[in-house]
Amino acid sequence: MRAVVTVMGCDKSGIIAKTSTLLAENEVNILDITQTIVQNIFTMVMLVDLEKCKCDIATLADSMQQLGKELGVEIRIQHEDIFNSMHRI
Amino acid sequence: MLNINPNEIVETIQMIRDEHLDIRTITMGISLLDCADRDAKVACDKIYDKITRYAENLVSTGESISRRYGIPIINKRISVTPIAMVAGASDASDYVAFAKTLDRAAQETGVNFIGGFSALVHKGFSKGDEILLRSIPEALCSTSRVCSSVGVATTKAGINMDAVKQMGEIIVKTAQMSKDDNSMGCAKLVVFANPVEDNPFMAGAFHGVGEGDCVINVGVSGPGVVKCALEQIKGKDFSVLAETIKKTAFKITRMGQLVAQEASKELGVPFGIVDLSLAPTPEVGDSVAYILEEMGLEKCGTHGTTAALALLNDAVKKGGVMASGSVGGLSGAFIPVSEDAGMIAAAECGALHLDKLEAMTCVCSVGLDMIAIPGDTPASTISAIIADEMAIGVINQKTTAVRIIPAMGKTVGDHIEFGGLLGSAPVMPVHPYSSEAFIARGGRIPAPIHSLRN
Repeated sequence: MRAVVTVMGCDKSGIIAKTSTLLAENEVNILDITQTIVQNIFTMVMLVDLEKCKCDIATLADSMQQLGKELGVEIRIQHEDIFNSMHRI
Repeated sequence: MLNINPNEIVETIQMIRDEHLDIRTITMGISLLDCADRDAKVACDKIYDKITRYAENLVSTGESISRRYGIPIINKRISVTPIAMVAGASDASDYVAFAKTLDRAAQETGVNFIGGFSALVHKGFSKGDEILLRSIPEALCSTSRVCSSVGVATTKAGINMDAVKQMGEIIVKTAQMSKDDNSMGCAKLVVFANPVEDNPFMAGAFHGVGEGDCVINVGVSGPGVVKCALEQIKGKDFSVLAETIKKTAFKITRMGQLVAQEASKELGVPFGIVDLSLAPTPEVGDSVAYILEEMGLEKCGTHGTTAALALLNDAVKKGGVMASGSVGGLSGAFIPVSEDAGMIAAAECGALHLDKLEAMTCVCSVGLDMIAIPGDTPASTISAIIADEMAIGVINQKTTAVRIIPAMGKTVGDHIEFGGLLGSAPVMPVHPYSSEAFIARGGRIPAPIHSLRN
């Protein structure tokens, strides 16, 4: 299963490092990563593979949300199909 | 590689985070036809067992889908075969026990509403229908999660005016019996013309007899998303307006289709339909009235409102129909007054009247919905309001409904609070002139000439 991780908020050092550390600890493989500014908000998007993930996506979402709070940004993880179904026919 | 660009990802997230996009309901339709029994107690046991068995994982599955995709799924609900058909086989002389059974099953499965304490009497009453109608006030006032609906008219059969008369009386009685609870019983009671068999939305959901044994129907919502999209095209002409609504409705419906497919797969139950209704909530950013005002109306209810709603309703359907393998239910825009911050504001300042709401129901997906009227309104006046609304549905070959709440002990200018998604409503004036002699006639208003299509 592939999922999309989004980090939105103020850019600061360590965001990518800490997010990818958390993913690595759960054996989540990062397939692609981009970062950009959307409507003046720093936005980082990662495509990740959850095949070997040690926990389910809901638990991972909770840990990522917690990390987001510590970093002062919003971190989400959602199954990629929500974006595919909305934006691709 | 990621084949979606970050702008699109952010668009989706903003819809969910800022614009109140959600899946309004996953509704499991369950047939109870095989639960009929001569012994009412046995029938109730069969009903309880079947519902709790089929819907055992409904709530947990809904929650897990919600977490996986990061989209809120607000309600998990159940609709069942109209109880009049099931209970009619029994020797019971009232069906309150059936309502209580549904309530217990709803509580056990964790759903917030169960619909189907219903009867279809558009042409006449069977024994079960008569008993069910008589049982409605007590059933709704002695349960918390049971919703009731009665179909009193269809384009094919005309309007059963005996049923219309009775429903006026039943609504008054239900309001009286639940007067200490803000006439809450009436918020769970709908009178229909041309009811649909696969509607996932309460209070009018029931599982039609043409449906399979069990089915998953999903209702999507997103008035806030449509309003935000329209904010970007201020002053543009109507073709741009319609196009923008269509595109937005498409995106919203795709989300519903995804959730419906996943729910169907995980529960092992066939997917029925996606109902692409714009269903408002009392949240400020989640209002159908504010969409109409965004189109250029100073207040919802002023001249132009019906045209604006017609455009909205049609564009929502056109956008949504390609997004789902099967669109059904009511699909369109809902205009429940108490559940829509903009409608409440418009009614409070005198911009929106019952007559304008009636006109609006000619072009939207349902009818007079969640409207509070003075507690001393005669039953015959309520019946006449129902008759008008049924006529609109029957002649225009569409679903219309009435969910009206006589606010006991209150009058125009007062407020009635329901709480939660049901919101609050200002008490709206009704015409003071009597319809008593008209309603007293009884009988049936014949089906219109265009019902003879064969």
